[in-house]
Amino acid sequence: MAYEFDWSSIPNALPFLAEGMVVSLEITATALVVGMVWGTLLAMMRLSASAPLRWFAAGYVNLFRAVPLVMVLLWFFLVIPQLLTGFFRLDPGTDVRMTSALVGFALFESAYYAEIIRAGIQSVPKGQMAAAMALGLSHGQAMRLVILPQALRNMVPLLLTQAIVLFQDTSLVYVSALADFFGAAHKVGDRDGRLVELLLFAGAVYFVLCFALSRLVQVLQHRLAKA
Amino acid sequence: MDYQWNWAIFSQETAMGDGSTHWGWMLSGLQVTITLSLSAWVLALVLGTLMGVLRTAPIKWLSRLATAYVEVLRNIPLLVQLFIWYFIVPELLPVSWGDAIKQMPPLVQQFGAAFICLGLFTSARVCEQVRAGIQSLPVGQTQAALALGLSLPQTYRHVLLPMAFRLVVPPLTSEFLNIFKNSAVCSTIGLLELTAQGRQLVDYTAQPYESFIAVTLMYVAINIVVMALMHQLERKLKVPGYMGA
Repeated sequence: MAYEFDWSSIPNALPFLAEGMVVSLEITATALVVGMVWGTLLAMMRLSASAPLRWFAAGYVNLFRAVPLVMVLLWFFLVIPQLLTGFFRLDPGTDVRMTSALVGFALFESAYYAEIIRAGIQSVPKGQMAAAMALGLSHGQAMRLVILPQALRNMVPLLLTQAIVLFQDTSLVYVSALADFFGAAHKVGDRDGRLVELLLFAGAVYFVLCFALSRLVQVLQHRLAKA
Repeated sequence: MDYQWNWAIFSQETAMGDGSTHWGWMLSGLQVTITLSLSAWVLALVLGTLMGVLRTAPIKWLSRLATAYVEVLRNIPLLVQLFIWYFIVPELLPVSWGDAIKQMPPLVQQFGAAFICLGLFTSARVCEQVRAGIQSLPVGQTQAALALGLSLPQTYRHVLLPMAFRLVVPPLTSEFLNIFKNSAVCSTIGLLELTAQGRQLVDYTAQPYESFIAVTLMYVAINIVVMALMHQLERKLKVPGYMGA
């Protein structure tokens, strides 16, 4: 092989790369929490008796699932700054890329979580709802106390797998030049002329983290299947 | 907001001076997206099936190899894989090969990297679906085939794969949809597919909303067409007596 590796720019760049990783994890965590909450609401709307709610949720989910994440992010990097400066009279020079990324990811992931959660709710036998109602619980109580706890339990492996996908997808904030972990690695590589080493390093880090987490999910799945 | 809508930009000529219109940019982007996605899908199906077979084959080291293949491709972000194929692989190849690649027209380099990257990335997912399909078949099918005197490759070719393929059409539909969406990532290496053309239009006309709405609608249209086609295929191929039949 003709290429001569030189890994020396990585140790000095570690603090900067760690900052990038924090950004990646922040986006992942926010999208995860908001996505679960908003996704649960969307799933319940899709299963609700009210037709307008069903249509709204179906339209939302199908639209977000039809459009590439890159495009969704570009939309949010375009729209969010205008909304923020319009409504809150922010100085147009304020850096709102992180806010845009957070909102974009959260709304996008909600559509995917909604589908997982809907499938989870539908996997709970109908008799559970009937029994809960017969015991005098309201529909909301039955949902909250009986259906959702069981549904969530069944969904944990799928939700975690989606979280791994989400963590990998955060690298796409590259399109806004926001320095997440990948963006940071790319910047350092570009600056030092060591793109080969930095990109391979970034790939290795993603691999180790995601592989370990996916193994964890498998163990969990195994345990849930036995319980 | 005081945004000036101007839908006429699509019929206006571009600043390139070659007589092409902005609408022409959109169409050429759409064409690249579709060509790239379809060709990468063929690669993904071929490699994915091969790896799916290897993963279920009763030969330890082969199935381990296939497992490693899947894990590597599934646990590294698509964007990182794309940059590795586009920027790094030509550096790591023998110098004469790397130079030969760098002499090619940029479009060939970009399309080549995008094709290999998307094809391999998706093949790992196809592999998992094919494996699940094969494993969902009763063991008796393999045993019966072997007892009838078929060799292991024959068993796969005539018994297991024909059934497995019909069972995995629905999950493959969603992977097929994904490959079109994932192709948008290739705009980051400068490949002028649909998303990149949309961004270029914004740079040249400063009419972001018209451009993004057009691009978004085109992706939605791709989605609808693919779903309709796959629905037809699903109906044709469903196996009587199985779920969804």
